[in-house]
This record gives sequence, C-alpha cells and structure tokens, in this order.
Amino acid sequence: MIKNISNLGDAALYCDFGSEVNKKINLNVIDYFNSLAKFIKENKDCGISNITPSYNKLIISFDLSITSYAEIRNVVKNLKIIGDTHINQKKIKIPICCDNEFGLDFKKLSDKTKLSKEKILDLYLNKEYFCYMTGFIAGMPFLGDINENIRCNRLETPRVKVPKGSVGIAEQFANIYTFESPGGWNIIGKTPLKIFDQSNLDEPVLIKVGDEVNFYQISKEEYINWDE
Amino acid sequence: MSDTYFEILRSGINTTVQDKGRNHMYHVGIAVSGAIDQRNYKLCNKLVNNDLNEAVIEFAYQGPLLKLKNGKINFSITGDVLFRIIRKKSSVEDGICYKNYILEDEDQIDIISTKNTVYGYLSVTGGFKLEKVWNSYSTNTKANVGSNNGKKYSIEDKVFIKNSNLQINKEKKINYNPSSDNLIRVIKGTNFDFFSSDAQNFFFKKEFSVTKLVDRMGIRLSGYKLENTVSTNIKSEGLVRGVIQVPADGNPIIMLSDHGTIGGYPKIAVVISADLDRVGQFTPGSTINFKEVSLEEAQNIFKAYTDETNKYLNECD
Repeated sequence: MIKNISNLGDAALYCDFGSEVNKKINLNVIDYFNSLAKFIKENKDCGISNITPSYNKLIISFDLSITSYAEIRNVVKNLKIIGDTHINQKKIKIPICCDNEFGLDFKKLSDKTKLSKEKILDLYLNKEYFCYMTGFIAGMPFLGDINENIRCNRLETPRVKVPKGSVGIAEQFANIYTFESPGGWNIIGKTPLKIFDQSNLDEPVLIKVGDEVNFYQISKEEYINWDE
Repeated sequence: MSDTYFEILRSGINTTVQDKGRNHMYHVGIAVSGAIDQRNYKLCNKLVNNDLNEAVIEFAYQGPLLKLKNGKINFSITGDVLFRIIRKKSSVEDGICYKNYILEDEDQIDIISTKNTVYGYLSVTGGFKLEKVWNSYSTNTKANVGSNNGKKYSIEDKVFIKNSNLQINKEKKINYNPSSDNLIRVIKGTNFDFFSSDAQNFFFKKEFSVTKLVDRMGIRLSGYKLENTVSTNIKSEGLVRGVIQVPADGNPIIMLSDHGTIGGYPKIAVVISADLDRVGQFTPGSTINFKEVSLEEAQNIFKAYTDETNKYLNECD
C-alpha cells in the first residue's frame, strides 16, 4: 500500500511505498503502475503524462495546464487496483557469454568475493531474477536479487564506456546495458539479445517490470553467430 | 515536382528536431525530450501559422547553415539569435527574431549563434516531413529515438519540408521581452531534510554558477557545497524535468528534457514548471539564485506564465 503521497515539484506526485527493497513492495508498486496505465488508456484527457515505477516509489507526472496535484491525488486515492501482476509475469531466458573478452571484471570479483570465476558463475546462473524496474537508459532492466556471496560494490571509478549488451552486477542487483553507456557495474559477460529495440514500436523492451529472468551460458562462437 | 528541402551546409553544435515532447515512455527509460524552451517553440510555430504542436528545428549555440532547395517557404526564428539570410541574388540581410520571412529557392539561412542563451528555434510554414515515433517528432539522441533516427543533424543531411505549395501569409511579428532574471523558483524536494541546516539555508541564499557541463540532459552547478548529513545515495527512483539532485560532491545538478529517467541522488528541490524555459537557457558562467515557493504559489505562477504565453501568441493573430 502507499504509505504517503506528496508532491515532487508542481507537476508530479510522489507515491512512497516504504524504504525497503523487496519483491512484495515492488509488486505492489507495479500493481499500481498497471492499474494507472489502464486508467490512462480509458481517460486519455486526464493529463497524466508519465508514470515511473521504481523499487518502492511511483512517480506520476502530469501536465499542469490540464490538471493539478489535488486532482491526480484523488485519481490515485480512488484508483481500483488490479492485483494481477504476479499472474502476468513472463519468464525470459537470456543467453550470456562470459568469455574473458566480455566478462571484464572477474578478476576484481574473485579478489573481493574470494570465489573462483566458475563458482561466481555457478551462483549467478542458478537463480531466477525479478525485474524491479527499467530505465536510466532506455530498456535497462534492474534485476534482483543476486546471491549474497557474489554481491560487490560498484567500481570505484566508473568506466567511460560500457559496451552495449554487457551484463553487470552491483550490490543485490544485475542489469544489462542496452546502449553503450558510462557505467560502474561489475561486468561479467555480454548477451547477443536485443533488449531494447526502438524499431519494435509496440514492444520495444524485452524485459518488463515484474518479469522473471534467468541467464544461461553460451560460448563465444555461439555469441558471434547468434541470429535472433 | 521535386520535394522541397533544406540542405545542411553546416550542422551547428547540437541541431535536432523538437516538439512538445514524448510522453508515456518514462517507465521504459525514455525521457520526455521536447524543446527545452517550450514558449519559444510555440511562438516559433505561431509566427508561421502552424499548429502549435508542429515540429521545429532546435539549435544550441552555433546553429546550422541551411540552403533551400526546390521551393519557396515561410520561416521564422525565435530565441536570442544572431542570424542572416543569404539571398541567391547575392544580397545578405541581417535576420530579426520573432518575425516571419519568405525564403526563395536556393536562398540560405545562416544561424550564426545564440547570444545570451543556449537554444533557438526555426519553424517553416506547414512543418517538416517527418514521422512521429511514440507520438512525438522529438529527436532523443540518448535512446536514438525520433526524427533523423534519433541523431543530431550532420553536414549534407536533408530536412524535407511538408508543404511546398503553401500560402505565403502576411508579415507577422511578436514583441518579445524575455525576463533576464536569474532568480529560479523551486519547491523543496523530497530529500530536503537530508541536508545540513547550513546547506538548507544557503541553498536559498548563495549564488550558484552554471558550469561548462550543460546539455539537454542537465545543468551542473558549482558554488557553495551542499552538505548531506543523512545519505548521499538513495534507492534509485523516478525523476522529472526540473529536479535538482545533489551527488556526494555537494554540487547540484538540474534535470532537463533528456535526463536519465531514474536516479539515485537526493533531491534537494524541484524547479517550478513556469521557470523551466528560463532555467534551460542559462549559459555556462551565468549565475542562479534559488527562491522557495509553495505548491499553491507555483500553480498561480504557472497560470500567469500561461497567460503571458497566450498574450504573445495572440499578438500575431
């Protein structure tokens, strides 16, 4: 449930679901997100311009020339919540090549965790991840939670360029760089899959909030010859 | 008949297509984009008789040098812009912003630079021949989405113009007097209480300088270091235009139209909607003072801002 609603500036609502990061709270955020998305479809002139779910917050931006904080707050308070996120989850398998050419940070990770590359991969691959949110850059999924024994901080000095398709881990999360981008996550491999496809106008993102993801290893040869 | 288009002879520093912006894509990680200065964008369309939501060309600092091919058009430039029109018949005219011009086949528009601001706008009657992506023409160079495949224009690109048999309308003009005020009004952010009482106090008292790190994503400021006494990171959450984040170094960053959709730095304040056009136009080296207003005040200021925009729009009816 929403613990508190406040304003973020004059054209957004800040819905606070709590301070912890866990699947239960996040599913609740996504339930609200899905219900609001349905409301917007049915009420195109309501003035809501964007809804941004994250771990435990939901930010609703609106057009101040059409509506106001008080009106949208009422919309949220009277919103009928459809709690079906957990039923509509997709399960997605992501191929990952962990060759040292792509898995740039295994040495650092082994030093920090005192585990071999094989052990790190074993713990990473044998787990199902939950997509808490997407964003920062287009389509980037924030997946969790990774095994406690392989959790590490971000790089002290972020890379200026992380190659597109790189899979990174930091703290309890994993993500996939959908574009070449600056970034500080520990890179363990690369996927040949297109996670964000701007030419696919209906479904530009492969992994959506609430989806379940797991990774399986492919060889460098399979990576190079990958054909979607 | 051949299509009318601009040939780009010089691209300028950051020349893109912009409009009102692209909504309903934050959750995917795609920012709103759109013209940084929404009022100048609207005035630009109005001056050439366009629908106010038509696409325009936005340029930053040095603008493009454009040559018209296969047609005759009406155009207008808004902003604080130095430009000239190079007529095919060898005369050169100094351009005046906020009025419309007729451009003949093979004439050139040379947008030399913006003066005391960052962004300017160019519109043509009928608009440009472009496809909307997710309901917007705006170029988003971060996600490579929108007009020109989501990239800024380069030399030799062609920009096609929609309507080549347009009606040349009577001369239109707006007497635009933009505010040169450096006071930016804000509402306290959701993490305002993360900051020391000195920081809370001085945020509204000290002057902040605009650094060189200014683009369509955001504006980095320097000056008084804002001390955070709680935590310099928060769990990543959504951002909106105008949010002022403060990373561990204590220097505030103002989010503009192409900002990352989520961020993990505490939010000290949010610029009110009525001041977003102005804040986006600050050039490196200029200074900003922040003033706190309440939500109700911000809503009233926005009404006044809208009324003023409408007053300018009505001037050229």
